[in-house]
Parts: sequence; structure tokens; C-alpha cells
Amino acid sequence: MKKPNFWQSLILENPLFIQYLGVCAVLGVTTSLDNALGMSVIVLIVLLCSNVLISALRKFIPNEIRIPVFIVVIATFVSVAEMLVKAFAPILYDNMGSFIALVVVNCIILGRAEACASKSTIGESAKDALVQGLGYAIAQFSMSIIRSFFGNGGWSLSNPFTGKQIFELTILPESLRLGFFTKAMGGFLTFGILAALFTGYKNRWDDARKEELKQERIKAALKMKAEREAAKAAKLAAEQKAKEEAEKAANTPAEVAA
Amino acid sequence: MNYLSLFLNTVLIDNVILVHFFGFCPLLGVTTKKKSAFGMGLAVIFVVIGSSAITWSLYRFILKPLKLEYLELVTFILVIASFVQFIEMFLKKFIPSLYKALGIFLPLITTNCAVLYATMQNISKGYRFTETMVNALGISVGFFLVVYVFATIREKLQKADTPRSFKGNPIALIVTALMALAFSGLAGLV
Repeated sequence: MKKPNFWQSLILENPLFIQYLGVCAVLGVTTSLDNALGMSVIVLIVLLCSNVLISALRKFIPNEIRIPVFIVVIATFVSVAEMLVKAFAPILYDNMGSFIALVVVNCIILGRAEACASKSTIGESAKDALVQGLGYAIAQFSMSIIRSFFGNGGWSLSNPFTGKQIFELTILPESLRLGFFTKAMGGFLTFGILAALFTGYKNRWDDARKEELKQERIKAALKMKAEREAAKAAKLAAEQKAKEEAEKAANTPAEVAA
Repeated sequence: MNYLSLFLNTVLIDNVILVHFFGFCPLLGVTTKKKSAFGMGLAVIFVVIGSSAITWSLYRFILKPLKLEYLELVTFILVIASFVQFIEMFLKKFIPSLYKALGIFLPLITTNCAVLYATMQNISKGYRFTETMVNALGISVGFFLVVYVFATIREKLQKADTPRSFKGNPIALIVTALMALAFSGLAGLV
């Protein structure tokens, strides 16, 4: 069976479009490339830190209260991240508003803590955090590229620390822009269509794997059949030989006697 | 702002799911059946009101006098998580029928951003205690309304013939977009 490579697993196990984790924050921040970039970096760092720490502590956390413990670990990292952003990138902080604080309840982070970090070694958890964080970032960028194009007519990116613009590209004139793409409904709509695209890719992949499995099974069955027939033939031949020898043995004493 | 208009505003116009996107994960997760949507909605109303009362008092009487405002996030999420755990134990012991009805949805509320959003909004908007209660009720009733309406739509949707890639969540998201569009028509109400 073929395993998906790194890039394919970013699509096939995408936290957002396939697993539907961490949806709320994405819909809120993907109105511009700046916010999507900020959110991706924050989630990636918090996910990495919390996964590593929880994995290191996994033997000391009692099973009954693990959820509150995970939440406190995550909330601490998020508070640190929030304060750092507020201090060093105040413009980004103003734009993203309460969404940074709400990274605490981002299901991706708690979900990975529960599904991976509480069971695996530190290295595995760190790798898992990187894959999931990158998948999340890709999802956010594809959302914000579409929403920013239809809602603001183009794209712009500025330095989060100084607020200076790095580049700006405007394609759609004012009259052709669809304002609702930067609002909630545009977010839902873009999300639905992109999720369908990703699901379509996953369906094709699953079908191909199923077909592969079927072919393998047919091959195995044919091989088994051929083996069985060969064994049968060998058995027949052996029986024939034994019979002939027995006849020979029966005939010989008769000849001698004669 | 009087209490009625604050309530209507949070339920219909500033709806927590359709305008602010908060509480969206459970919306996708539990709305495949009307019954589970109902249970989730009730549980959220309960938890939002309870934890709003606790966090507001904590902030007003402990964090603020001690100048520990920066611990807001950690305190609030801890209150919510332990409140949920406490309610779970309480219901299990004293009202087992309700506990059974709510089932898995109760622990899931910890990661429902609608709850954290409600508690933090009470503080950032500077509400008094009565306003906090009305705001919490409005947010949770708004959540309940959308989740329940959405579940009824989704039950019909399962019978519809959608393209394979759109089956399940993607088409549900597009339905949400249309619902948000419909709700935005109520914007001039208050």
C-alpha cells in the first residue's frame, strides 16, 4: 500500500478542510494576507510548544484531569504569544483582535495534544505539530487569497512589526468587488468550496488506494489458485509414480516366481 | 441600552455563530441529528450563563483589585474547564437522565469558543452584572437557535442528491453561508 508523501499528507490530512478543526479562527482572520500569516505563525509556534511540553509531561498527568491540564498548558503559551504580539507587533494585534486569545480553544491544539502528544515521544509530537501547523497555514493562505481577491480586489502584505507595506497588487476595480467576501457569509462560502476541492482530491486518492488493494487481492487470489493447482498436479504425479512402482513391485516377485 | 434590545441584538443581529464564527466546530459536529443539537444547545445555555457569572465576579472582585488583569485568559479558561467538569459530575450524581441526554456534548463545551467569547466580551464591553447575565443569555440562545435551525435543515439535506465532493460538511458550510446572508437581513431590527 502506498503511503502519502509529505506534501500529499498536507492535503490528505489537512486539519482544516479534511478534519474540520480550528474553523472559527480561520473564518475570522482570513480576510487579509497579513492576518492569515500572523495566525499561522502563532498557531504553529503554540502547537509546537504545547505538543512538546505535553509529550514531555505525559507520564505525570493523571488521566482523569488531563483536559484541564492540557488547557492550562495551552493557555499559558497563548498568553505569552498574545503579550509578545501586543508588545512587538501592535498593528497586527489591533487587526486580529480577540482571535489571538481564542487560539486557546482552537480544537487543533487540544486535538493534537489528546490524539498525539499524550501518547507519543517528544520527537514524534514535534513532527506531528509541524505537519499539522503547516497544513493549517496552507489552508489559511488559500482562504485568504480567495477572499482578499474578491473582497478587496487584490492582495497586499505588510511587515507585521513596523506596519510598512511590502507589496500591493490590485486587479479588480472598485465596481467589481464583492464586499460580502470579507464578511461571515463569504468566509463560509469560500470554506465550503475549498473543502469540497480538498475532499475531491481525497476521494480520488482513496479510490486509487481501493483499486490498488483490489488488484493486489486479485493477484494474491490468482497466485494462490495457481499454487493449489501446482500442488494438486504434483500430488497426482506422485500418486501415479507410487502406483507404477507398486505395480512394478507386485510384478517383480511374480516374474521371479515364474 | 435597555435589556430587551441587548438581548435581541445578541440573538439575531450580532449572532455568535453567523457573524462572529465562534462555536462553529460543534455546529458541524453535532447537527446531524435534531435531538443532539437540542442537547448541545441546552448544555451551552447552561454553561455560558454559569461561567459568565463566575468569571465576571472573579474579574471584578479578585483580578482587578490585585491588578492581575493579564491573567484573564488563563483564569477564564480554567474556570470554564472546571465548571464543565463540575456540572458533569453533578448531573451524573443527581440528574442522571439529563446527564445521559447530554452525553459527550458536555465535555466538548470546554473547547467551544462561544463560551470563552461570551465571558471575555462581558469584560471588554464593561458590562454591569445584570447586563452580563442578559448578554450571556442572548449569546447562548443565539447559539441554540442557529444550531437547532441548522440541524433541521441538515436532516433534509441528507436526502438531497449532492455531488460526491460536496457531501457532508462542504454543502453544510454553503448552507451556513446562505443562513448568514438571511440573518444579515435582520440587521436594521434594533
